[in-house]
Amino acid sequence: MKDWQYRLAEQRGTLTALTIFVVMFVIYTANHPAGFTANVVQTAANKGVLLAFIAMAQTLVVITAGIDLSIGMIFLLTNCLASWLVVGTPLETAFGVVVVLAVGALCGAINGAIVIYGRLQPIVATIATGAVYFGIALLLRPFPGGSVNEDLADALTGRIFGSVPASLVALAAVVVLVWVPFSRSVYGRAAYAAGSSETAAYMSGMPIRRGKFLAYTLAGFVAAIGGLFLTFFTYTGDAAYASGNAYTLFSIAAVVLGGVSLFGGKGSAIGAVFGALAFRTIGDLLFVFDLDPLWQPLFQGLILLAAVSLGAFALFRVRNRLEWFL
Amino acid sequence: MTRATGRKPGFIHRFDPAVLTAFGCIILLLVLGSLYSRNFLSPDYLLQQLKVASFLGVIATGMMLVILLGQIDLSVPWAVATGAMMACAAAAYGPFGVALAIPFGILCGVAIGVVNGIGVAYLRIPSMIVTLATNAVAQGVMVVYTGGFSPQDSATAAMRYLATGGLIPGIPNVVFIWALIGGAMVFVLGRTGFGRAVYGIGNRERAAYLSGINTRRIVMIAFAVSGGLSAFGGVLLAGYASKAAQSMGDAYLLPAIAAVVLGGTSILGGRGTYLGTVAGVILITLLQSILSVMQMPEAGRQIIYGLMIVLMLLLYGRAPASR
Repeated sequence: MKDWQYRLAEQRGTLTALTIFVVMFVIYTANHPAGFTANVVQTAANKGVLLAFIAMAQTLVVITAGIDLSIGMIFLLTNCLASWLVVGTPLETAFGVVVVLAVGALCGAINGAIVIYGRLQPIVATIATGAVYFGIALLLRPFPGGSVNEDLADALTGRIFGSVPASLVALAAVVVLVWVPFSRSVYGRAAYAAGSSETAAYMSGMPIRRGKFLAYTLAGFVAAIGGLFLTFFTYTGDAAYASGNAYTLFSIAAVVLGGVSLFGGKGSAIGAVFGALAFRTIGDLLFVFDLDPLWQPLFQGLILLAAVSLGAFALFRVRNRLEWFL
Repeated sequence: MTRATGRKPGFIHRFDPAVLTAFGCIILLLVLGSLYSRNFLSPDYLLQQLKVASFLGVIATGMMLVILLGQIDLSVPWAVATGAMMACAAAAYGPFGVALAIPFGILCGVAIGVVNGIGVAYLRIPSMIVTLATNAVAQGVMVVYTGGFSPQDSATAAMRYLATGGLIPGIPNVVFIWALIGGAMVFVLGRTGFGRAVYGIGNRERAAYLSGINTRRIVMIAFAVSGGLSAFGGVLLAGYASKAAQSMGDAYLLPAIAAVVLGGTSILGGRGTYLGTVAGVILITLLQSILSVMQMPEAGRQIIYGLMIVLMLLLYGRAPASR
């Protein structure tokens, strides 16, 4: 196989997700009453980036062959925390942002420590920590409320140069500053290798534990960025159980749509980001076609089911579940 | 695959330390509770707790079957709600509908379970993912069906009787139902080829497959049973509350998993006893009851739940050290 063919094959999932997104978005804007304008793009971007952040966080864990079912709750927790802290003078706001991000990273690190050093199954462990994070979020915000530094919020949810949505720029910045360095570092590779075959990675002397730990921690960190943006969009903190669960669920759908293998070791957060944007656009298609919003949960559920079923096709040649999990 | 001579691991001959720990925790909770209030040891209170535990017990039975396979069923919340809402909905269609309300509700749960089973057994999608997806689809169907509101139909008399009545004075019907389902489960797990196959698949699916077990069919049936039992739990809950509500199942997913896992069933599958699940169910129910008697707010309950599960798992649910 030639070099460029190999590189193309490696990025196939990401490119497929990009194609799905572009097609969906073209259909969306073509049928939108306002058409392809800066406003439409900004609204779509602001809706999409939240899920994109969560999907990126989920990807970090999924490539290690784990899963983080507490990701939506970290998102809620950081949202509630941000609604207390990200206020006041620029200095106080900056302090608040740092604390919120640190708390997110801490939540991720706790998940990682329990899964890696406690040797618990990621599914159960993160369901349990998710309950704890939700409980803390509820303690912080028993009722929706709070506020946020509106200058910062408007700056990050508005447009740059009157056309480019600032939230998209922030998303790209996180990809470049968090995902790219991580995936190219030794630890990132160890995380991939551990997801692909933990035994082989261990035998090769890769730092799989630290790689996985870093992946879980960064997942919490990125989820906290998502939580910050949720606060910037809504100006409030709200510990809504259903919303946290939905984000966890949708993040898995986005990851699958983005060509990331749920068995670990394969895929890219960039693919997951496009998967998230595509998933959101599909949800919005219902509105431009004037369908009853009641149908949206069913529609999204069916897309999710179809997406995970499609993901199964590549695995038909594998005969045994055990081979995937080991 | 006949019921051969072998001993069941930790079933009769020796007690699983996890089961003993769970029962120990139950006694500890009762003692702590009785220090707080004398009522905790009264027969009325204990029977009431057993009644409340029965709903969770029915749901956890299905969950245990799936977890024994090394899988998980995250579609419990909306399987419960679907069972309840569909049973109530069927009751609106005349006497024929009323008569068939309970079977119809259970059947809807079985349908959800069958979709899960097809995804897991035949499409080889990780159970966690496919059950999350069917949960979302079931939610979507119910939202469309009800138009976004809770259905107006209320539970039938038969449902209310099952959930609140007492055939034998003093013992609520649901406790009976749980005992029946539990007894059937113990029999199936210990005395039938199906039960052995479940443990075999949970231990090593490849080995089970190579020894001639139709593993895919077993997995499929287990998920169908889990879906059906979740829905039956929903039917009973609807009878208890006299009506079905959309979010009625949300409070049962985490406790069901926790009950099974706290009862010593390995989340990796292949190991666990029904006695442990019974202990886990009672433990969770008592914990909930004590927290609510102490007027712990929802936030504190969630935190204590999560911490309890992590701690108990760290005590005896850890995977073996790598290599």
